[in-house]
Amino acid sequence: MYSVERGAEMENMCREDLMNLIQSTNFTVIEISMYLDTHPECPCGLSAYEEYSRMLRRAVDIYERKFGPLTIYNVENDGSWDWVQSPWPWQKGCDC
Amino acid sequence: MWTYIKMLEYPVDIKTTNAALAMAIMSQLGGPDGEKGAATRYLSQRYAMPDRRVVGVLTDIGTEELGHEEMVSTIITQLTKNLTMDEIEKSGFYQYYVDHTIGIYPQSAGGTPFSAATLQSTGDPIADLHEDLAAEQKARLTYDNILRLCKDEPDVYDAIKFLRAREMVHYQRFGESLRIMQDNLDSKNFYAFNSAFDKGSTCS
Repeated sequence: MYSVERGAEMENMCREDLMNLIQSTNFTVIEISMYLDTHPECPCGLSAYEEYSRMLRRAVDIYERKFGPLTIYNVENDGSWDWVQSPWPWQKGCDC
Repeated sequence: MWTYIKMLEYPVDIKTTNAALAMAIMSQLGGPDGEKGAATRYLSQRYAMPDRRVVGVLTDIGTEELGHEEMVSTIITQLTKNLTMDEIEKSGFYQYYVDHTIGIYPQSAGGTPFSAATLQSTGDPIADLHEDLAAEQKARLTYDNILRLCKDEPDVYDAIKFLRAREMVHYQRFGESLRIMQDNLDSKNFYAFNSAFDKGSTCS
């Protein structure tokens, strides 16, 4: 299990490793959210949600700063629209 | 409102093409128990669902199914990339190729186009949730059938196994949703009325 303290380690990850971490953490958040829909009072579920959603935000922040946007809300442009510069997820040769 | 995230829910990286397998897997995009039907079913049913928790389940599972459409489409795209004309002719893929080349079109493995006639949104919470439970089992068995066809393709097998496992979890959540609905109905007769429509239901 990763902990929030792994922020420094995330900073040094290559694109592929960081994307793998984001995918697995994102999946964990999806899974916990769905569980909480039918168990909204569960303390274990709520604390797991806190931990993993915080970790996901941190990983996504680092990824977008270093490798490009994952949503249209965090596009940092340098003279051209960066959203369409990186490969789409189904394109081979894409790290994601 | 939805936001696109520029990544797959689970990695798909298929290194060898296989047109015949692509034809089979296509059913989980646009076939009778495919992901497009699942997303359409759950996201449509939400509006008549009286319980907020169950609307949450329909919203979150429906949203995940949209991500699964993208995964299945990615599997098909990678399985058909750089096919030679010889492979297209010999694999049986030519029947798809003639109309769609190697583009993605939602249809069943047998060629029937995607149709909302394969799903229901009845406006009755109990009926809809039973439909959803059945839908998850049908999708699960379709993935089981696909797994038997791709034992020698580890990259495909891995992604299909992930998708199959999600059907099991969704089934669990819909089971809990049905229980939530029933807990709010007349325990002497759960099915006496449409709890989203008839007066007298504690849910509406």
